[in-house]
Amino acid sequence: MKDLLFQTLSKKNRLLILGVGLFLVLVYFIPIWAISISAPQYPEGLGMQIWINQITGATPYDLKNINLLNHYIGMKEIISESIPELLFMPYVLAYLIIGAFITELVPKVGMAILGIINLVIVGLVGLFDFWRWEYNYGHNLNPDAPIIIEGMAYQPPLLGCKVMLNITACSYPSYGGMILASSLVLLVYIVWDEKRRKKSNVV
Amino acid sequence: MLKKSNIIVVTLGIALFAFLPNCKKGAATATLASDAASRVYVAPGEKDEVYAFLSGGFSGQMSVYGIPSARLFKIIPVFSVFPENGYGFDEETKDMLKTTHGYVPWDDSHHVEASMTDGKQDGRWMFLNANNTPRLARIDLKSFETKEILEIPNTAGNHASPFATENTEYLMAATRFSVPVPQSNVSIDSFSKGGFKGTVTMVKVDKNTGRLSIELQVLVPGFDYDLSHCGKKKSHDWCFFSSYNSEQAHKMLEVGASKKDKDFILAFNWVRAKECKDQGKTYNFGGEYVNNFKEENKPAVSTKLSGVKMLNPKDCPGMMYYMPTPKSPHGTDVDSTGEYIVGGGKLASVIPVHSFSKMIEVKDKKEHHSTEIEGIPVLKYESTLAGEVQKPCLGPLHTEFDGQGYAYTSCFVSSEVVKWKLGTWEVVQHLPAYYSVGHLSIVGGSSTEPYGKYLIAMNKITKDRYLPVGMELPQSAQLYDISSGKAELLSDFPTVGEPHYSQMIPAKLIMDKTAKLFPLEENKHPYATKSENDARIVKLGNTTHIYMTAIRSHFKPDIIEARTGETLYFHVTNLEQDYDIPHGFAIGGAPNMTNLLIMPGETRTFKWVALKPGIYPFYCTDFCSALHQEMQQYIRVSP
Repeated sequence: MKDLLFQTLSKKNRLLILGVGLFLVLVYFIPIWAISISAPQYPEGLGMQIWINQITGATPYDLKNINLLNHYIGMKEIISESIPELLFMPYVLAYLIIGAFITELVPKVGMAILGIINLVIVGLVGLFDFWRWEYNYGHNLNPDAPIIIEGMAYQPPLLGCKVMLNITACSYPSYGGMILASSLVLLVYIVWDEKRRKKSNVV
Repeated sequence: MLKKSNIIVVTLGIALFAFLPNCKKGAATATLASDAASRVYVAPGEKDEVYAFLSGGFSGQMSVYGIPSARLFKIIPVFSVFPENGYGFDEETKDMLKTTHGYVPWDDSHHVEASMTDGKQDGRWMFLNANNTPRLARIDLKSFETKEILEIPNTAGNHASPFATENTEYLMAATRFSVPVPQSNVSIDSFSKGGFKGTVTMVKVDKNTGRLSIELQVLVPGFDYDLSHCGKKKSHDWCFFSSYNSEQAHKMLEVGASKKDKDFILAFNWVRAKECKDQGKTYNFGGEYVNNFKEENKPAVSTKLSGVKMLNPKDCPGMMYYMPTPKSPHGTDVDSTGEYIVGGGKLASVIPVHSFSKMIEVKDKKEHHSTEIEGIPVLKYESTLAGEVQKPCLGPLHTEFDGQGYAYTSCFVSSEVVKWKLGTWEVVQHLPAYYSVGHLSIVGGSSTEPYGKYLIAMNKITKDRYLPVGMELPQSAQLYDISSGKAELLSDFPTVGEPHYSQMIPAKLIMDKTAKLFPLEENKHPYATKSENDARIVKLGNTTHIYMTAIRSHFKPDIIEARTGETLYFHVTNLEQDYDIPHGFAIGGAPNMTNLLIMPGETRTFKWVALKPGIYPFYCTDFCSALHQEMQQYIRVSP
C-alpha cells in the first residue's frame, strides 16, 4: 500500500491530472446545479441555477418570478447574498485546482488519492449543505403567509423531481456539477490504472 | 340456378344505381363543408398561420385577427380613446390624440399599410390613416402599440392614405374633400370655379426609427382623390391616385359627380417631386400640424409644427400625368410585377387596366395628350390602356393579386369577388360575397411577392348572416382559400367596426419578435419607481405625486391621504417582470379617467382630483393572481 502511495504517476496519468485541473477551472464559468419549475400557468417553465458563487435565474427574470411565487406560501426570498457559502466556495474550488497543479510537481499516486478524498468531502458537504438550505427554505415559512396548508412543506428534491401543490420542481446537476463528478471518476480511474500498473510491474 | 352470392351482388348493384345521383350531391356537399371547417380549425395550443390587421372604420382603431381561425386577438387603439386600457385618457397617451383642432378622441380609419423592404413585407410597422381629422399613425409590431401620429395640414379627408412606396421611403396621403388651400371662408360654389384644391403629401419614414415627417406637398386640381397605391420594381418611382368628381360639382354629387364617362388616375412620380424640391422649385407654404410621438415607456410628446414645402405641378414637368379611367374610379391597384395599374371604376361596366410601360412610352409625346389640367398633361385613354376586363360584375372597386398571374376584384353592387387573368383579361371565377364587399386583401397581396393562399373580402352588410342583434348588425369579413385553381369560401366572421382594408402577414414574420415586457432597469419614465423601497408620496402645494408600485398582490403606498381640491397623480409602475402579468388601476367614481392597464415594467399615470370628502377605494382591475381581489386600498379625502 505504502508503495502505491509513493508510486510516481505515469506520463499519461500526469497529463490526465493536468486535464482535471484545467477542467475544474471551467466550473467558475458555468452553473453547478439547476432547479427547474413548471406549472400550468408557467408553460415555458422557470429555472434557477446555482453557481460556485451565486444563484441566478435561467432567464434574467426567473429568480424574481420564483420569489414572487414563493411569497404566497411565505418562503424566504432566495438571493445570493443570504447564502454565505457562496462567498468561500470559489476558494474551495481554487484549493482543488491548485491541488491538481501541485500534483504535477509531486506526481505521486497518494496525491491523486488525496484529490479523491477532497472531492468526496467537498461533494458530500456540499450536498448536505444544499439539502440543509432546501430544508430551511421549505420548512421555515412565514406564519403570516397568505396560503398556509396544514402539514405542507415545500422542500425541493435534492435530486430528481417532486410535485408540490400544482408545481413540479426538478433538481439536477448542471454542467459544473457534471465536471466535478467526472473529475472524481477520472481520479479514481488514475488510481485504479496505477494500481494495475504496479501489479504488472511486480509480475 | 343463381348462386346466392350473385343475387346479393345484383341487388347491391341496383341499390347503388338508384341512390347514386342523390348520394353524389349530398356527399359532395357534406365533404366540402366539413373540409372547409377543418381548414379553418386551429386546434387548442396550435397557432394561426397568418396575422390579419383590419382597419376599424368608424371605430378609429385597428384589430388583429388570426387566419385561418378568424379569432380576434386584439384591438389596438389608434385614433379613438380606449377605456379598456386608458389610451387617450392617461397622462402618457392623451397627447397622442392632440391635433391643431385640439384633442380629437375619435376618427375614421380606413387603410392599413404594412412597412416593406425591397417590396416585401418586413413586419416592422403598420400604418393607418385617419380620414376625418387628417392624420396618419405608425403602429409598432414589436409591442403592437401606436407609437406616432402625424397630422396632415392643408387637406381635408385623408382618404388616399397611407400608401407606402416599395421601400417605405414615403407614405402618400391625398385629399378626399378638396377645400380652399389655405383654408378660407369663400362661397361654396367657388368649388366649381376651381377655387378648391387638393394636395398630395409625401410623408417621409425614417428607415431606422420609423419617425414620420412631411417631406413636401403638391398642390393638385380640386378633385376628390380617393385611393392610392404605389408602384413596384420598374414602376418604383411612381404612385397612382384615383380621383372622382373631376366635374367639380359641389351639390348633389350623386348626380353631379357622375356625369363624365371618365375621371382620372393620377400618376405621380415621387422621385421627380423630391428632385424638384432639391432643385428649389418648392415654395414655403403655411399649414399648422401636430406630431405626437410616444417613445417606449415614456409619456407622449406632442410637437406643434408649422409650414410645408409646396410644389406646383407646372413647376415640375414630368412629375404628374392624368390617365382617364372609367367611371368614377375608386380603387387603383398595382400588380406584383409593377406593370399593370388596375382601376376600379365603381360605375363602370369594365375593369380598365393601364400599362405602366405604355404610360412611360407615351407620357411626353404631345400626340398622346388630349389636354392639360393646371399643368398636368392628360394622356389619351387608349394610349395607356393594356386591356379591359369586359362585363366583369357591377361596381368593381378594389383589386389584389396572387402573384400567379391572377387578379381578384371586389364588386360592391353585385356582391362578389371576380377572379380574372392578367394579360388575357378573362374572368375565370365569380365568388359570391355576403354582402356589398369593399376592399379585399391577400396575404402579402400589395407587396411584390404575395404569399397568396388566403384572401379576405371585407363586407359592409351582413343581413341574414348571423343572429340578429338589433338594428345595427356587425360588419363582416369572408375568408377564401385561393391556393388552388379554384378559390373556395372557407368561412365568414363578424368584425370590429367596418373593416375597410387590411394587411395580412405570415405569422412567422412577426411572432418571434414581439416584446414580452418592459425591462425595469431600462424604464426611463420620469415618474418611474423601480423598487418598493422608492415608493413615496411627494406633496407640492396643492398637487400630490404618488410614486406607486404594483406587484402581485399589492400596491405601495397603499393608504393615501388628501384634502379636497387637491390634484393627485398616481404614477404607477408595474414591478413585475413576468410575461403577461399586467396590473390594472382604477379609482371608484373617477371622472374623466378610465382604467389603466400597466404592462410589466411600465409606468403610467392616473390623474385624480379630490372633489368631495370621503373614502375612495382603488384596486387592480386585471386579474393578476390568487390574491387579486385583495389588491385594493383607499384614498381618504378630508375637507
